[in-house]
Amino acid sequence: MAMTMSGEFTLPADKATVWAKLNDPDVLRACIPGCQSLERTGDNGFAAVAKVKVGPVSATFKGKVTLSDIDPPNGYRITGEGEGGVAGFAKGGAAVKLEDAEGGTKLTYDVEAQIGGKLAQLGGRLINGVAKKMADEFFANFAKAVEPQAA
Amino acid sequence: MASTGIGAPVRRKEDFRFITGKGQYTDDINRPGQTYAAFVRSPHAHAAIKRIDASEALASPGVLAVLTGADLEADKIGGLICGWMIHNKDGSPMKAGAHPALAVGKVRYVGDHVAVVIAETQAQARDAAEKVAVDYEPLPAVVDMNEALTGKTVIHDVAPDNRVYDWHLGDKAATDAAFAKAKHVTRLDLVNNRLAPNPMEPRAAIGDYDAGNDAFTLYTTSQNPHVARLVLSAFIGIAPEHKLRVIAPDVGGGFGSKIFIYAEETVCVWAAKRVGRPVKWTSDRTEAFLADAHGRDHLTHAELALDERGKILGLRVHTKANLGAYLSTFSSSVPTYLYAPLLSGQYDIPAIYCEVEGVYTTTAPVDAYRGAGRPEATFVVERLVEVAARELGQDPAAFRKKNFIRKFPHQTPVIMAYDTGDYTASLEKALEMADVKGFAKRRRESARNGKLRGLGYSAYIEACGIAPSQAVGSLGAGVGLWESAEVRVNPVGTVEVLTGSHSHGQGHETTFAQLVSDRLGIPIDQVAIVHGDTDKVQFGMGTYGSRSGAVGMSAISKALDKVIAKGKKVAAYAMEASEGDIEFKDGRFGVSGTDKSLGFGEVALQAYIAHKFSGQELEPGLKEGAFYDPTNFTFPSGVHICEVEIDPDTGVTTIEKWTAVDDFGHVINPMIVEGQVHGGIAQGVGQALLEGVRYDASGQLVTASYMDYCMPRAKDLPSFQVGTTVTPCPSNPLGIKGCGEAGAIAAPPAVINAITDALGHEDIAMPATPQAVWQAVQRRLPAIAAE
Repeated sequence: MAMTMSGEFTLPADKATVWAKLNDPDVLRACIPGCQSLERTGDNGFAAVAKVKVGPVSATFKGKVTLSDIDPPNGYRITGEGEGGVAGFAKGGAAVKLEDAEGGTKLTYDVEAQIGGKLAQLGGRLINGVAKKMADEFFANFAKAVEPQAA
Repeated sequence: MASTGIGAPVRRKEDFRFITGKGQYTDDINRPGQTYAAFVRSPHAHAAIKRIDASEALASPGVLAVLTGADLEADKIGGLICGWMIHNKDGSPMKAGAHPALAVGKVRYVGDHVAVVIAETQAQARDAAEKVAVDYEPLPAVVDMNEALTGKTVIHDVAPDNRVYDWHLGDKAATDAAFAKAKHVTRLDLVNNRLAPNPMEPRAAIGDYDAGNDAFTLYTTSQNPHVARLVLSAFIGIAPEHKLRVIAPDVGGGFGSKIFIYAEETVCVWAAKRVGRPVKWTSDRTEAFLADAHGRDHLTHAELALDERGKILGLRVHTKANLGAYLSTFSSSVPTYLYAPLLSGQYDIPAIYCEVEGVYTTTAPVDAYRGAGRPEATFVVERLVEVAARELGQDPAAFRKKNFIRKFPHQTPVIMAYDTGDYTASLEKALEMADVKGFAKRRRESARNGKLRGLGYSAYIEACGIAPSQAVGSLGAGVGLWESAEVRVNPVGTVEVLTGSHSHGQGHETTFAQLVSDRLGIPIDQVAIVHGDTDKVQFGMGTYGSRSGAVGMSAISKALDKVIAKGKKVAAYAMEASEGDIEFKDGRFGVSGTDKSLGFGEVALQAYIAHKFSGQELEPGLKEGAFYDPTNFTFPSGVHICEVEIDPDTGVTTIEKWTAVDDFGHVINPMIVEGQVHGGIAQGVGQALLEGVRYDASGQLVTASYMDYCMPRAKDLPSFQVGTTVTPCPSNPLGIKGCGEAGAIAAPPAVINAITDALGHEDIAMPATPQAVWQAVQRRLPAIAAE
């Protein structure tokens, strides 16, 4: 089943800093909720393992993440697909854009995803809420990561 | 003996064990050394399987084997079959794709079987199933039948346009002529929503292999264990029939879904030999939603031609039937021969023409579900008739009466020859019981309270007791549909009846015993009904299509005739009388014109001790068998009237009254029959108001639990007023017609006719949920404002 989600966050850092952190696997790993590993497999590719719980279904997703339409420091497209065993699968992508804004950088994102299997069967009506919560959690973590470190 | 004979409302003998938890269902059975199976199911609606990597699963704790379609092929185990050949309009055979029990190369619906993991415990099997890595290459899903028919995505190569068949029935020219001279034509587009069968007990299986005898036993939730054995043996190739025993113990409901021979049962019995230990699988509820064959799912355009007085001249129907991703055991017959021959309903329709396209989609297989084809036909006919009456400004009851068949036998233009019935009697009784005269007043009262009240009729007919073997054979069935029985009289006069029918809630242990009690004059507690074991019962075609009374009991009746005839011979020797002078009445064999008589038990004893006759003159013992093949279908019919009240602010529909008057012919146990009517109506109301299987556009099943699939509950139903009329069925010795599906057939159009009557327009689809009804009310508002 299809899921779409979009939103924006203003981050307390300049565009170049935000762009650098968005391309840093260590930062992404720390920020993605449930992320157990994220390793670079090529210039624009990563292998990821993440643990996700949607209502009654919890699963460890193994998948690959690819960056494309890279336009430093203005944005990229991040796509991924993962198999969660009997829990099903998830695949999709997000267009991420950065713009200068008052007090830092405005990040907008537009997600389109497909989920299938048990996730859709049991978690279908929960998926949007869970995805929104995960996105909020990611950006809250990410905002902290890009904050200038207190001296 | 009348207290336990035919017509007595005897309490069900089997209920004590069911309601005290003493039933023995498949999942209650455990075999020594038993292992557990968990199926790896496709999360994709349609995908190529590039690779299956079981190494991690195989290394997991307790895992004995991970088996795939390649292993089935290596053991030369055949695919699942569809047992009814349908021919296209041009005479060519239907296009049936292969149906392997475990996928080969491709998966075709979410829940399709990819691999099975067998482990020491159920938890280990399920854990390891998560570790089977399957590399899928997703292909486009196609859920919508019209999209499937474009052939842009091909599900089976043998059917490039996804059309399984393009079939027709009836006289097209005569029907076109009827429409040409019609003064009025009523047209409707109808959706018959897809349903999940939801028996209380999910499917389960235990495969057991006895290496010493090279013989298999399958314990399974089946409505027809002999048919399961026949298919598993002769077509799938598990083992020859004498090396395969199928036991279907207590079964908690089926509604058709346990007729079919599925992948899981096949895999369990096959895998038992592979791993050398019994293999058990019990479906969980989500698996049942995914992989039990669904029901209904038709798109229909129908037209009714009428003359100036409202007399029906002709009926034209075009139906697209969703058959899912594979053809299930009897799926091809449901939207064809179990559907179109019922399109004459209770009406004298001179010309009928019906076209049906069977369509593959990337969804679960669709097959028989309570009523199987007949609810779909009744929905078409009863919606059309109701709308036609409204369009002509005629009273729907009077309109029906005017068009009823009155003379019997009646040959319809679509195969069926109705033997008997009195449709006017049922309608008049229903009008009376439902107090239709008082409806206008009740409607005004509702209006005063801001509510919309509506009245809906359904005058259904169905064809039960399937079926004469020659007749179904000529229509493409792969089997004969007779039934068998054996009556074993023990030396003390107690009786065991072995029947090929299978009880999964119908109460055969009671009703079949009532027949024996009635005929032999013994109390029902001296009668045991044995069913559900191919090693005990000679053969049988099982229980579906309301056939166990009309066909199964007729076989018992025939065997009882033979028992009585043999008993007369024994009694003649025992009382030194001439056989011709022996009369059997009220449980005693008497010599006519004398006061000499022997009780049934005394004659049974004489038959076994064999002291009064020589074994050369008469065989000792008292045991007789019979196979009964009916001469026609039976035609139960009736009129149901539903009265609803709708709250226009919330869209909530409340069923205020329900009246059912059914003609089931002779009734064995009125309490059980009434229960069947209640259950059937509840299921029909479920279809009309609440239930609906939904796949999203990507083929994901989004109604896979009771969070999203709404079943009827007691609060959704009124107290039913149930009555009967009786025209005995002439085509079986007991005059029985069958009652198991009537409610589910009658109810959906009655509900929708009532709702559309309340709304004042016809624009509502099933399930008529509060949201759908509220939206329909909003669509009506401009019209109300204009009035």
